[in-house]
Amino acid sequence: MATFPLPLADLFGHWGSYGVYALVGIAFGMTLESAGFGNSKLLAAQFYFKDMRVFKVMFTAIIVAMTLVFLTSALGLLDYNLVWVPPTYLWPGIVGGLIMGVGFIIGGFCPGTSLVGLATGKLDAVMFVFGVLFGIYLFGETVGDFGVFFESSYMGRFTLPELFGVSYGAVVISIVVVALALFLLAEKVEAVVNKAPQPKLPGWSKPAAVALVALAAGTLVMGQPSNADRWQAIAAESQAKLDQREVQIAPAELLTYMNDSKIKVIPLDIRNETYYNQFHLRGAVHLPLDKVEDKAGELQLELANTVFVTMSNDEEAATEAWKILKAESVPNVYILEGGINAWLETYAGHTISEDDKVPNPQPDQLAYRFNAATGSRHEAAEPDPHFLDLKYEPKIILELKRAPTSGGCG
Amino acid sequence: MSQHSGAKPYLNPYLAGTILGVVLFLAFFITGSGLGASGGLNRLLVYVQNAVNPEHIDQVAYLLKMAGGNANPLDSWIVFLTVGTVFGGLISGLIGRRVKVETNKGPQIGTGTRWVMAFIGGAFMGYGARLARGCTSGQALSGGAVLSVGSWAFMFAVFAGAYALAYFFRKFWN
Repeated sequence: MATFPLPLADLFGHWGSYGVYALVGIAFGMTLESAGFGNSKLLAAQFYFKDMRVFKVMFTAIIVAMTLVFLTSALGLLDYNLVWVPPTYLWPGIVGGLIMGVGFIIGGFCPGTSLVGLATGKLDAVMFVFGVLFGIYLFGETVGDFGVFFESSYMGRFTLPELFGVSYGAVVISIVVVALALFLLAEKVEAVVNKAPQPKLPGWSKPAAVALVALAAGTLVMGQPSNADRWQAIAAESQAKLDQREVQIAPAELLTYMNDSKIKVIPLDIRNETYYNQFHLRGAVHLPLDKVEDKAGELQLELANTVFVTMSNDEEAATEAWKILKAESVPNVYILEGGINAWLETYAGHTISEDDKVPNPQPDQLAYRFNAATGSRHEAAEPDPHFLDLKYEPKIILELKRAPTSGGCG
Repeated sequence: MSQHSGAKPYLNPYLAGTILGVVLFLAFFITGSGLGASGGLNRLLVYVQNAVNPEHIDQVAYLLKMAGGNANPLDSWIVFLTVGTVFGGLISGLIGRRVKVETNKGPQIGTGTRWVMAFIGGAFMGYGARLARGCTSGQALSGGAVLSVGSWAFMFAVFAGAYALAYFFRKFWN
């Protein structure tokens, strides 16, 4: 997979990378202004069906951008897992949307359009921007009173294809076709409301529509890369890391990080439920191998200082899980060297009697017998970090998230 | 639509939408993130609040995240995107000879009324945008294009809210 997103901070420096965002902003502002979005009368006309410019521009932009995003993703040029998809907080989003709709019809702008209105001397836009700032101020002062609602109905990174249980390509082409049909309807509605003959669409509009449908169809046919495809793209580089044991961390290194307050460690326990119940590390998440791929999206949303460590009884299943997560572009994933068996030998070897040791454990078998489901209550689930003070070869190198960790309005 | 003399007409909406779509795609392709506007305004506001009354910032958890301690609320990509948007609007306005100090309003209301309406509407917008964690650009446009369920629900809510009240505000616009 190509380098995606561009490592802007490496290329241009911390503040220099912001110059790229400024350029994107300039392009954004120029487009909004030339679309007529600096004019509140034109924007409000949308809601009286006189000029449905807002709908037309917005949905054309959505279907064009959407098709290009999923087309390039299908081609392996863009990594959709690293694209910022606003996480869903359903009810705060809907209530906030309704409030914004009210603000739109009263004020005649939305925040983005008011900026270009302001830039072109529209005094109502200037007043609107002051209003927005006041509303934001008010929110900051009052959010504490309804914090529970603000954090409610959280569904994480949740997409329409997941909601409907169909492929990304199917959703893409459906939205394109529906939007194009609605454009034709909008033209008719405008003509009826304005009691004017329907204006002729420009000559390029038909070929452009056909081209977009063709690209969407191509996206559907190619399909999005599967986990196996994604692994193929990184296999050479990542297999070398496995072979050179760059990502297998010693039990002592894991223990150090578990006690480092600056780092959040999430142990991912890949074993079956019986083993997990018998013994697991404090804070370990039970994650059987067949659930790993589905979990990847959730792990993506963890903070940048999170380290994931996969573990099985030996290293076998943990390595498979590592490959899946690596292919899904989850950052900072490591494997517990020697697995739970090595962990227990290091931190519980002295307390476990010889009778409770399995002489020649099979692959992926627990080398110790537990007579009860001790879970994480066992003393080795969270040993004293200074108890042994073992030396280890440090391997964890925190990788910063390359994509912004918040959306356009974060 | 009426415009003062010399102003060039606006772009065809489908052409403007296509260009906007390509800009949005490039934003995703280069930066991994979409477009936005209210987040930048938010941080500008917090910057001013922090300069005027830094103790207050330290008492409100929501503000603390952006400006607590040594954090500079302007140290964020979204601020630069927002400043760029204003400049982009100005450039395009100058090219199209559409920069003019004026107040756009319906014929039945006065300028003062329009300003009050704009301020009140803006306040609703600002409040709603923070509650929904995004505005029309960040949530509806960017989140819609990458198929976020929440963004689509949000988008329908915005249109529903505006259409539901449009009838009662018809005198202000027509």
